[in-house]
Amino acid sequence: MKKLTTLLAATALASMMATAAWSKTLVYCSEASPEGFDPGLYTGGQTFDATSRTVYNRLVEFKHGGTEVEPGLAESWEVSADGKEYTFKLRKGVKFQTTDFFTPTRDLNADDVIFSFERQYKTDNPWNKYVAGASWEYFAGMGFPDLIEKIEKVDDLTVKFVLKRPEAPFIANLGMDFASIISKEYADKLQADGKMELLNQQPLGTGPFTFVAYQTDAAIRYKANPDYWAGKQPIDDLVFAITTDAAVRAQKLKAGECHIMAYPNAADVAELKKDENLTVLEQEGLNVAYLAYNTLVPPFDKVEVRKALNMAVNRQAIVDAVFQGAATVAKNPIPPTMWSYNNAVEDDKYDPEAAKKMLEEAGAAGLKMKIWAMPVARPYMLNARRAAELMQADLAKIGVEAEIVSYEWAEYLKLSSAKDRDGAAILGWTGDNGDPDNFLDTLLGCDAVGGNNRAQWCNKEFDDLMTKAKETADIAERTKLYEEAQVIFKREAPWNTLDHSLVVVPMSKKVSGFKMDPLGIHRFDGVDIAE
Amino acid sequence: MLRFIFGRLAVLIPTFIGVSIIAFSFIRLLPGDPVMLMSGERVMSPERHTELMHQLGLDRPMYIQYFDYLTGLLQGDFGSSIVTKRPVLDDFVNLFPATLELSLCAIIVAVLLGIPAGVLAAVKRGTWLDQSIMGVALVGYSMPIFWWGLLLIIFFSGYLGWTPVSGRISLMYFFPQVTGFMLIDSLISGQAGAFKSALTYLILPTVVLATIPLAVIARQTRSAMLEVLGEDYVRTARAKGLSPFRVVGIHALRNAMIPVITTIGLQVGVLLAGAILTETIFSWPGIGKWMVDSVFKRDYAVVQGGLMLIAAVIMIVNLVVDLLYGWVNPRIRH
Repeated sequence: MKKLTTLLAATALASMMATAAWSKTLVYCSEASPEGFDPGLYTGGQTFDATSRTVYNRLVEFKHGGTEVEPGLAESWEVSADGKEYTFKLRKGVKFQTTDFFTPTRDLNADDVIFSFERQYKTDNPWNKYVAGASWEYFAGMGFPDLIEKIEKVDDLTVKFVLKRPEAPFIANLGMDFASIISKEYADKLQADGKMELLNQQPLGTGPFTFVAYQTDAAIRYKANPDYWAGKQPIDDLVFAITTDAAVRAQKLKAGECHIMAYPNAADVAELKKDENLTVLEQEGLNVAYLAYNTLVPPFDKVEVRKALNMAVNRQAIVDAVFQGAATVAKNPIPPTMWSYNNAVEDDKYDPEAAKKMLEEAGAAGLKMKIWAMPVARPYMLNARRAAELMQADLAKIGVEAEIVSYEWAEYLKLSSAKDRDGAAILGWTGDNGDPDNFLDTLLGCDAVGGNNRAQWCNKEFDDLMTKAKETADIAERTKLYEEAQVIFKREAPWNTLDHSLVVVPMSKKVSGFKMDPLGIHRFDGVDIAE
Repeated sequence: MLRFIFGRLAVLIPTFIGVSIIAFSFIRLLPGDPVMLMSGERVMSPERHTELMHQLGLDRPMYIQYFDYLTGLLQGDFGSSIVTKRPVLDDFVNLFPATLELSLCAIIVAVLLGIPAGVLAAVKRGTWLDQSIMGVALVGYSMPIFWWGLLLIIFFSGYLGWTPVSGRISLMYFFPQVTGFMLIDSLISGQAGAFKSALTYLILPTVVLATIPLAVIARQTRSAMLEVLGEDYVRTARAKGLSPFRVVGIHALRNAMIPVITTIGLQVGVLLAGAILTETIFSWPGIGKWMVDSVFKRDYAVVQGGLMLIAAVIMIVNLVVDLLYGWVNPRIRH
């Protein structure tokens, strides 16, 4: 029987392919296999590209190519005066995808929204533990379990979120991948059939592309969703060709085996730019790399010492050596593509003479310190060891003796959080959503000391601004508060801000409509290809 | 014979337990745990870390975890991946045919080219032909696979455009996996050109994976042949006036094959090790790539389950080879 079904499926797929071969197909060389197909369960960018940004939608969406929030499945929303109640009006007539594994009988409604969130925190929800070890990492990481009081259905197309406290970044958080809206009808069907695990293998949402098949570690296939509420896509088929090695991805792009590739090696970019069939898009990523001093340990508790060390390091040289131009020197803790970026902040000038003098005046001449260098390449810092060596040489010029230390990655992450850490640590951050709070408060707030705040820096003035900015929903007001916070940050210098790396997307000249995404996401809605 | 078979099977039990201990402890010896790596730069509170470790059962004493794992293994349960949450056995069954197909092709190429090359080198001993064959073999043996694979891609796929860069078949073709062997599945699918496409995608990875075994087989054949060619019976055969082809091909080669076959059997391990790098370069969806990814993510379940399954495959191959020896050469049975 099983053989017969397989054969039938083979025939059906084969006949489907006969037409597909003639359709407009875009091939994307992706960097890794998706961890699964339920975006709520995972944290990897490759998973989000393959699920939430293709198959699913959220109540609100990030503007294509930006970090501003715009209506998604919710066409409008209202925030109560106390900032604790968010009421969303859902778009009417939004259809879930029809696939060969499920045919929906109704449009999107409030039940789907409530289901999509409740499954992530209500432990009595049957979907809360539908796969072994489901931990809903992002939902927890964004603090949702302590934030959401309840979610109510007002009517079929109206949903109200009641929060325990005002939280302005809440809206931006709802644009994140984990907040994707799942069909409750589909989930109920899977539950009734006793096949709940299929939700993580055969995704079904309201997004621009319908999932067709996943060939483990090899390819993911989608077709354009004909019922998409924002209109059918210009391409017919979308294929992710999973290619883990960056050099091989570049070769595939050059050979025409794919049209767009993810994350090229910095060393290959120049070669790709020379190819006349290719375009290379570049944009500052939503990231920052920094050197965090431990402000709890003398002499790094003194602002003058930290300032002097910042002035002694030639960051441009680090960017040139490590990124070969594919990064810019950072002066603020948030990247320039993010709203409220304060361009008026004056950067610390590279001036070894002045630095040496300042250090002497602070009574820290002949300082001995440790620099922690991460053992792995991350998008914001490709080679921390090399960066640390350059810093070491720069610091030697002002009489500071720096020793470079490193640990295995997981150890590094743990030990670098310790309040009594000996030395300054290189690390960085890639933004989760477009909200400045996700950088400033997450990395520098008092609550994060001993955790994400690797500088162990708690400044009341700065922290008060963070709290205030969380409590107001007015963007103009929040912008002002964050701008001010950046001034305080620069004055107090808990970090030496190192770089914002560029996100580079090489693609065939046949591709049009692809927009760089500051969140590092690869989105294919609106993308077309010339035949 | 029956006693011999039971004897061999009995040896498997301690081997199995030994491998399970190594597979279990090896990945746990590495610093860091899967929960911490899951959260990356985002620091997890110690409470949440403890909670998740508890959820995954990783907070229990090591020996309890091991016995749990062993009990699961005996019932055929290899656990589920910590990262993807999929059952380890499902992924293995899904991915192993790809590795097997590539390895079989590689070993066939290595044997078909390696043995004649070795024979030729032995017969023409000391000539330029011998020296060049052995020189090439030495280079092949010492070639870093990663570099070699990339070099072939850049030249044949990038510069000449003769072969595709990576993957198992052109993305144009799409049919469900029936046997897991792309060459067979593409034929079953009945889609025109699919088989040819699958074949072209196999060429470069096969060459890369075959390189080391080919070199080893060629060198082994040469030295075995040289030994045999000096034997009295070969001289007698020559003296009888047999054609050189019969002397070398029938009398000498058959006797020289015994150590060569042993060497070929030993290449199974080499192939699996080589598959790890080859699969990574050529985006070949097999178990090598799967294991490497899992080590980096400290996916305990996949690493230990995968190692057990690979060990089981090697144990079965060895058992079959042993039994064959016993059948072919009755002296070994005693």
